[in-house]
Amino acid sequence: MTADQALYVPSYTADDQDVVSELNARFGAQAFVTQATRTGMPVLWVSRDQLLDVLRHLRDLPRPYVMLYDLHGVDERLRTQRRDLPGADFSVFYHLISIERNSDVMIKVALNEGDLNLPSATGIWPNANWYEREVWDMYGIHFSGHPHLARMLMPSTWEGHPLRKDYPARATEFDPYSLSVAKQELEQEALRFDPAQWGMKRQREHEDFMFLNLGPNHPSAHGAFRIILQLDGEEIVDCVPEIGYHHRGAEKMAERQSWHSFIPYTDRIDYLGGVMNNLPYVLAVEKLAGIKVPLRVDFIRVMLAEFFRILNHLLYLGTYIQDVGAMTPVFFTFTDRQRAYTVIEAITGFRLHPAWYRIGGVAHDLPRGWDKLVRDFIDWMPKRLDEYEKAALQNSILRGRTRGVASYNTKEALEWGITGAGLRATGLDFDLRKARPYSGYENFEFEIPLAYNGDAYDRCMVKMGEMRQSLRIIRQCLDGMPEGPYKADHPLTTPPPKERTLQHIETLITHFLQVSWGPVMPANESFQMIEATKGINSYYLTSDGSTMSYRTRIRTPSFAHLQQIPSVIRGSMVPDLIAYLGSIDFVMADVDR
Amino acid sequence: MSWFSQEVIDVLVQIGKSIVILLAVVVSGALLSWVERRMLALWQDRYGPNRVGPFGAFQLGADMLKMFFKEDWTPPFADRMIFTLAPVIAMSALLIAFAVIPITPTWGVADLNIGLLFFFAMAGLTVYAVLFAGWSSNNKFALLGSLRASAQTLSYEVFMGLSLMGVVAQAGSFNLRDIVHYQMENLWFIIPQILGFLTFFIAGVAVTHRHPFDQPEAEQELADGYHIEYAGMKWGMFFVGEYIGIVLVSALLVTLFFGGWQGPFGLLPQIPFIWFALKTAFFIMIFILLRASLPRPRYDQMMAFGWKVCLPLTLANLLVTGALVLAAR
Repeated sequence: MTADQALYVPSYTADDQDVVSELNARFGAQAFVTQATRTGMPVLWVSRDQLLDVLRHLRDLPRPYVMLYDLHGVDERLRTQRRDLPGADFSVFYHLISIERNSDVMIKVALNEGDLNLPSATGIWPNANWYEREVWDMYGIHFSGHPHLARMLMPSTWEGHPLRKDYPARATEFDPYSLSVAKQELEQEALRFDPAQWGMKRQREHEDFMFLNLGPNHPSAHGAFRIILQLDGEEIVDCVPEIGYHHRGAEKMAERQSWHSFIPYTDRIDYLGGVMNNLPYVLAVEKLAGIKVPLRVDFIRVMLAEFFRILNHLLYLGTYIQDVGAMTPVFFTFTDRQRAYTVIEAITGFRLHPAWYRIGGVAHDLPRGWDKLVRDFIDWMPKRLDEYEKAALQNSILRGRTRGVASYNTKEALEWGITGAGLRATGLDFDLRKARPYSGYENFEFEIPLAYNGDAYDRCMVKMGEMRQSLRIIRQCLDGMPEGPYKADHPLTTPPPKERTLQHIETLITHFLQVSWGPVMPANESFQMIEATKGINSYYLTSDGSTMSYRTRIRTPSFAHLQQIPSVIRGSMVPDLIAYLGSIDFVMADVDR
Repeated sequence: MSWFSQEVIDVLVQIGKSIVILLAVVVSGALLSWVERRMLALWQDRYGPNRVGPFGAFQLGADMLKMFFKEDWTPPFADRMIFTLAPVIAMSALLIAFAVIPITPTWGVADLNIGLLFFFAMAGLTVYAVLFAGWSSNNKFALLGSLRASAQTLSYEVFMGLSLMGVVAQAGSFNLRDIVHYQMENLWFIIPQILGFLTFFIAGVAVTHRHPFDQPEAEQELADGYHIEYAGMKWGMFFVGEYIGIVLVSALLVTLFFGGWQGPFGLLPQIPFIWFALKTAFFIMIFILLRASLPRPRYDQMMAFGWKVCLPLTLANLLVTGALVLAAR
């Protein structure tokens, strides 16, 4: 990406081999080991010595890989099915996206237990910073040249590296927990902020700075989020976001849940996204299993996912306006959310966390009368949206508070891994539902709302537009809902097909095992990204041919969005930070997982 | 019984009236918490407090019980004396200022010749409540809040005084009773002094730290700002003090610009108190409606608005009024 000009996004190329030949031309084919996966992108192993050269080359290619989309590790020590892969105790993967090619590439590097060292990629993509810290935190892999390699999600006093296979997964595997006074004081002392650690000065020539600890309990922090501000008066000189207070170890849990029983955990990643979270997970599992779902399933899934997009955006809109100081709209948007939940509840039986998608389909067919409920809602919403826009978003005080506040351009957004409305507010037309259609989105007509200033106001306006488009998609689902089964006919779907179990003992045994142990997914790797409520959310699954996932990497948009905060907010005032936080749309569960 | 002369009776009656007014103001200030919550709920599609008594009207009693029995907590790191003093000032300064308001032709606590100046003095004192609270709490959020409050009060006091000088120039008196009498004989000041009314109203909202001028407490930014460390009755005094401020500013608006106790076009002069109460209630509702409907401007935008818009407006208003008064003489 050269400058800030608008980019043309071509149609998606899966398994784009161009980049492989470009890399081979530069480094020679012997430099790479190609891994065949179902991730939909070339996966290349390189040696540690060549890693940075390869990454930098990819960053500098014509039509470059501008975004470091994801970076994490895998403990390879217990993996049994590693045909033709370089020997490794641990591996680290770099998932890169090129917007101009609309394709991805994954670079992997193998590491031995005795020498867990890697050069840092922070010099190439600034957002490698937090990812590398998390890899250090979770696996104990050291990155040389990293500006501040401290723990990311776990407290600084933590011992061990939780995602290692030899680290216990359950509380019952530990000694009982106790908290003595001395330990409590130690933990509290560890939370004290030391500016020197972060290379911050306590004073300038003529003034002392104030260090303000905003959060983890603050009305506008949108969850347990802590951000430490270095203030000169009310001006933010610098800041340090600190996350991890909402960390539940979802990726670790995935390694001891069956493929099926992990679905409810995904609901709780972005807890405002409901079934939207199930979608990338079940799509990735279906890729592993080779399941193709019926058209009706696609339609039902899309309809409910768009319902949750509206639900999320309504909460976003209400709290955004509230963060700017107007107290009333949030009550109205919550009233609308209740109406949406009425529909969700009638269809799925749950409200916040339906966990309703299944491997190969959905849990039930749509109930009788669903169409009337959906129609009532989509007839009700548009005039409410108009009202919000007129009464709140066109208010001059609100505009004065948010226009030009916390703005960044497309180039910066891509450097920091920003996706979703935060990216489209800078003018880049990159929405996965159009750019890389999944789950049948190519069947629907809708537009991608864009804005061009990349400020807090534009981010909100993009979300407003998205709600209108979601209503449009839901209406098409309503009018064009195809007939057919609500689950694919495939032995690996969950719950497994039962029709023939009472006639055939072998089928009965298989059914019994599949219900009690769960289905066995073929050993491979798969990946699915979707345009979730807050940006791009993806699941990168590694199966070792077992009833459970070997490694589940959950890449969430909010993690990247929070990492960007200091670079955007330096030099602004405290109220600007609040407006900015309100405009990002994040929940801490989505950040910490 | 010779000491029980007419004079003593007059004094006793006056004391009695003052006590009644004091109680009425405090009670109506406290009741406002319920009124505000009900009104906000009405505008926000919800119920608000409706459990205690008819329409929840006894909510005040429940709240007071709760507040009295809460631990009267002073943080160990606070400056204890100033910390205690702050809520006392918050509640009393504006309450005392109510003394100069002429409620009806016969009711009112003090008939001061410098009535308006007395109000300015008391309004100026309120900043100490916020300043003391913010400083003595020894909390960074409280400190930021009180910094904002002092800067805000300073800037808005400047044109608050000036905004009323037009009224004073026309009426020729600082005495509020005289100002009402002048309006009985001439037009209500809302017509000739419309600019004065607008700027005084804005300044009044700012002085009471009400939304959208509540930057000192700005929940979303400073998590309640200057009174973040307060709890129980001390917090309650800040709370009631704010409502008393609303009642006072509303009453002043009525007195200065809407003819005090008179009805419109001299209607029904037999019910002066009803007119006064109705008009005051109207402005109180506007205060609440403001809170329900507006976002909060940024602190520097608000200061810029005060200095660059309101101050020039009041100065222009004063100059024109002065010129007209001189010309009419």
